[in-house]
Amino acid sequence: MRLRPLLALLLLTAAGCGRGDADARTTIRFWGFGREGEVVRELVPAFEARHPEIRVEVQQIPWTAAHEKLLTAFVGNATPDAAQLGNSWVPEFVSLNALAPLDARAARSGVRGDVFPGIWDTNVVDGKTWGLPWYVDTRLLFYRADLVAQSGGPWPPKSWAEWRETMTRIKRRGGPNRFAILLPIDEWTQPVIFGLQTGAGLLDKDGRRAAFRDPRFRKAMAFYLDLYTSGLAPALDLQSVANLYQQFGEGYFAMVITGPWNLGEFKNRLPADQQGLWATAPLPPPEAGMPYPGISIAGGSSLVLFRRSRSPEATWKWLEYLSEPAQQARFYQLSGDLPARRSAWKLAGIADDPKAAPFLQQLEQVAATPKVPEWERIATRVAESAEQVMRGGRSLDSALAALDADVDRMLEKRRWMMDHRAGAEAKR
Amino acid sequence: MTPDPEETRGSRAERRAAWTLVSPALGAIAIFFALPLIAALLLSLTDFDIYALADIHNLRVVGAANYLRLLRDPLFWKVVRNTLVFVALGVPLTLGAALGGALLVNSKLARMRGFFRTVFYAPVVTTLVAVAVVFRYLYHPRYGLINHLLGLFGLPPVDWLGDPAWATVAITLLAVWRSFGYALIIYVVGLQAIPESLYEAAQLDGAGVWRQLRDITLPLLLPTTFFVAVITTVGLFQIFAEPYVMTRGGPLYATTSITLLMYEQGFRWWNLGPAAAIAFVLFLLIIAVTGLQAALRRWRRT
Repeated sequence: MRLRPLLALLLLTAAGCGRGDADARTTIRFWGFGREGEVVRELVPAFEARHPEIRVEVQQIPWTAAHEKLLTAFVGNATPDAAQLGNSWVPEFVSLNALAPLDARAARSGVRGDVFPGIWDTNVVDGKTWGLPWYVDTRLLFYRADLVAQSGGPWPPKSWAEWRETMTRIKRRGGPNRFAILLPIDEWTQPVIFGLQTGAGLLDKDGRRAAFRDPRFRKAMAFYLDLYTSGLAPALDLQSVANLYQQFGEGYFAMVITGPWNLGEFKNRLPADQQGLWATAPLPPPEAGMPYPGISIAGGSSLVLFRRSRSPEATWKWLEYLSEPAQQARFYQLSGDLPARRSAWKLAGIADDPKAAPFLQQLEQVAATPKVPEWERIATRVAESAEQVMRGGRSLDSALAALDADVDRMLEKRRWMMDHRAGAEAKR
Repeated sequence: MTPDPEETRGSRAERRAAWTLVSPALGAIAIFFALPLIAALLLSLTDFDIYALADIHNLRVVGAANYLRLLRDPLFWKVVRNTLVFVALGVPLTLGAALGGALLVNSKLARMRGFFRTVFYAPVVTTLVAVAVVFRYLYHPRYGLINHLLGLFGLPPVDWLGDPAWATVAITLLAVWRSFGYALIIYVVGLQAIPESLYEAAQLDGAGVWRQLRDITLPLLLPTTFFVAVITTVGLFQIFAEPYVMTRGGPLYATTSITLLMYEQGFRWWNLGPAAAIAFVLFLLIIAVTGLQAALRRWRRT
């Protein structure tokens, strides 16, 4: 009995080896992560039917292991032909020189004009395009429509002032144990979004040094921190939020800034009689009269082609196929992930759902975070400075000065490399 | 007592045979222990990171800079202090809980000793990740059982994992809860090794329970206590999983241990050079503290 699985494995391996010889098809290896890696398999048969000369091998990797697995594969010379890549990881893999630029190929297939511009931009590093946007992620307001309506405040807000006015009214009605908004204090996304909204660059032009003492970022951070100090948001970290959906249903908080995956979660987890109570709205800009909606973060996953791929042409066909509007629409139906192309939105009728429609509006106004490999570490440090002010009793100015100093240190190697490269090129 | 030097040295042939016999073991130690250790030491003298991974020309040999920067970094000292607090709180608590539990379990008056031994040992074999979920609920500021109990006594609620001061205590309690069962079993063995006749003699001389504990049990348990103290100290110096799954080192690094800092540097940010330097400092620190404990024991004995 024990031997049987082993035997099966051996047979499978043998079959796997044999297939390569007997099969004249080009095999391309594709890595997908988490749920996407599972769902993408469903798109394979139609592709193989269209391109009988190509065989697609999908390997699914859990998100938690994805980054490390990609790095190890890179070191061990074992990267697949293509993979999905969180678009904030693109700069890192570009600096590793692991990816192939896609400009010429993408220009031929003409996807660019159809993709939300902020999302496309996340894939452009050092003037070249390295990823093909697949599905998108951004943040906006999920709110309790009943509580917002009862407050009588302006809605949807067209400026930070209007937004704060509504939150203050909700808090006044709710009393000491209810809050207007939930902002987990260890999340960097919110202060960074506010910074993107005020036009703070976060880093200087080439990503050589930090720029958090910029008055625009200071303004964003002050607005963010004020939401806690004035009692509109509870000082909770992510771990202490016991059950987001239940607490939202109870009215413990009336708003939360979160992403598209929660469209499905709110539908599944809130009881049927509460489904009419929640809605979504785009983020407000800092000042009235600025372009509406206010900027949010450009997230999501891109499809990348690895430099070491042995069959880049066949692999490109697969990536191009995945980014076709029809396939993106199908992928949305299978996974709930929002497509990166406007025509796919139309095709799948996503914007007909009033709860998803604000995402379409928001996606026209998204911006990339600084495109340096150190970004994730810097972002974590940003959340820490907010926490230092709130829990550590530090002044905002001293926290921002320390943030700048620390981030400058994180970027030291990057500066050295840029100078080094510039020096080497000058010599040539 | 000292053996004759001639006898122990043996003939040349015998010595050669001895070396031949131990060489596989020595080889294994060299490959799996000495080599990685040397590699880690060399790594700690460079700034190996993601860029060096891409192109080895991006590697800079920085000498002692990683160590110097570490010693000048306030975060590192904060983390050292946290770790020392974990040790200073955790070791006495573990020893106390283990000894108390062992005395209870070993007592002739106790019923169902096997059952209680299992109960006390159960946390050692539980999966921390599963336990963390339960403890996070116990510690929850609004719904937690602990704050509910505090409320019954009219005490104000505590933000166990959110308040930097309390978070250290909360993590230490979890670590103690999880590990004292192991120390307890060792104490039970130690207790059973004490001859019954000593207690009988003491009772004849009119010694009470406290006197017996102070003058017989505790002194005879000293070697056991030393062993348990060393094991617990070394374990707590390397505390990682508890803060990692409960707080991720927060709030404000209040629960970041040296090992957690090393992990973050090495495997989250891929700064392998500085991470290796942290590993070495931790290594030296543990050796120093264990040496101190051994010296203390020798001094007590004389």
